[in-house]
Amino acid sequence: MSAIERFDLVIVGAGPAGMAAADTASQQGLKVLMLDEQIRPGGQIYRSIGHTPIQDRSVLGPDYYAGEKLLAGLNQASLERLQGATVWEVREDNTLCFSVGGESRRVGFDKLLLATGAQERPAPFPGWTLPGVMTCGAAQILLKTSSMVPNGPLVIAGSGPLFLLIACQLLRAGVEIEALIETIPRANYRVALPELAGALRGWRYLIKGAKMLAEIRRYKVPFYKGVDQIRAEADSEGNLSEVIVQHGQEQQRIPCRTLLSHQGVIPNTQLGRAIGLEHSWDEVQLCWKPVLSEQGVSSHPDILVAGDSAGIGGAVVAEIQGQLVADAAARSLGKAGMPEPQRAGLKQQLSQQLAIRPFLDKLYRPAEAFIRPVDETVVCRCEEITAGEIRGLVELGCSGPNQTKAFCRSGMGACQGRQCGTTVSALLAEVQEKPIPDVGYYNIRMPIKPLTLGELASLNSYTEQRD
Amino acid sequence: MAVDSSYKRVSHQPAGTVQLMVEGQMIEAIAGESVAAAVLQTGIRQTRTTPVSEAGRAPYCMMGVCFECLMEIDGVPNTQACMTEVREGMVVNIQRGSRSVSGESV
Repeated sequence: MSAIERFDLVIVGAGPAGMAAADTASQQGLKVLMLDEQIRPGGQIYRSIGHTPIQDRSVLGPDYYAGEKLLAGLNQASLERLQGATVWEVREDNTLCFSVGGESRRVGFDKLLLATGAQERPAPFPGWTLPGVMTCGAAQILLKTSSMVPNGPLVIAGSGPLFLLIACQLLRAGVEIEALIETIPRANYRVALPELAGALRGWRYLIKGAKMLAEIRRYKVPFYKGVDQIRAEADSEGNLSEVIVQHGQEQQRIPCRTLLSHQGVIPNTQLGRAIGLEHSWDEVQLCWKPVLSEQGVSSHPDILVAGDSAGIGGAVVAEIQGQLVADAAARSLGKAGMPEPQRAGLKQQLSQQLAIRPFLDKLYRPAEAFIRPVDETVVCRCEEITAGEIRGLVELGCSGPNQTKAFCRSGMGACQGRQCGTTVSALLAEVQEKPIPDVGYYNIRMPIKPLTLGELASLNSYTEQRD
Repeated sequence: MAVDSSYKRVSHQPAGTVQLMVEGQMIEAIAGESVAAAVLQTGIRQTRTTPVSEAGRAPYCMMGVCFECLMEIDGVPNTQACMTEVREGMVVNIQRGSRSVSGESV
């Protein structure tokens, strides 16, 4: 018989949802294992929390250091946790396989919590594959983990809270920004306005946004608004050399060495997809998210989802959801759970924290150009397939995202569709004149991260030793 | 660090350092950071060329979802440089085109 170690709860991801869940679950006496891909806990929002080399705390701001409390909770919680651990398969017998330090292991679980967070929305534009183009999130990670900033000339383009935040953080760190290019379509303001009354319950977020805009104004950074389209151009060596800004009929060329782009974030659903959990299309947030019960239970009764991987709500929402979902898991495993007033309090906080979302989602809905890019744009970065090629496949009889794989290999490269999946579905839906949910999404298969044969083989030797 | 780099360090707390070899050059990195971060402070702008068109690419997302930062690290091709922690004596090279099958003769 195999002696695979079993846990009451396995948590995938050590961001705010995972960290909060680990603390709650261990307090409830569950045997918990936490697996996280990154070098240190914190997720992306609290990346390198407790270890950031940044000296001046005003650079990253107080919202970042709010993660210190979560880290302290995690550090004193009684659980097993592994960093640098990549989950690559979940099996039907409630076991999962992960790889750490080049070796694979398999463990069992009663409940599995996916707290895999968000990724930046893949928002292609011509030239987005050039060396020198990065996401705003990438620049923020370099700042948090390595105290590194772009050497300039730097241009930042896009929309959303992170677009403003990274601009402020880099300015505070002494970086000069050549231009900020905001791509919010003018119509978004009209659509978002009716949500403003509801958003007042989340007034703290509104004030934060206003403060960031005021801070950017103080530094007198050239700020372009209502930009329809951007294009990155290369020099003779194939590196980014300038960005072309399309502003109605006007065009402007801005030389730069680094272009940071951002169009919001979407749930990271890769693992849930590979497991085969049911997902639905969110027409407001323009993304897929897992179908969940109020307790965070997915279409699989033993698999729960919390935080941004359940739908974008931000760090504070993720932390509250992590606690609530871990509590629900503990109760379903026969534990007492947290006192009812505490649970009710958390639910109330959750609804207050979510009040701002309808306003933000409508204001920052990406411009068309980034959802259904022009034909010449590379959509599948791995296999170098353009938007035009994907559109052309429909006429050839390609009916859905999974057929595009056979027609042109889109989605079959190393990233396994993470960077092209939403765009390919949107393009097919456009040509077929169908809603995106009718077109569907790629089937994602295990292993969800590339493995070496050595890593795969080590799994066998590990289980054999234990048999 | 190299003057002509894409990224530079701003003032930071004293931290442990590690030395690693990137394209034959010894560089210094902060202990605990990723290989991709370390490479971005060198003059290297393209960390791989693609198998399809041999176009140059560089780290894009820094969080493990885009796979643009694939490099050859300690002889292992297709390694995500943004997910790999720097270690003393590590040997890092640009990944050129498609990887080859390594190991025993095939």
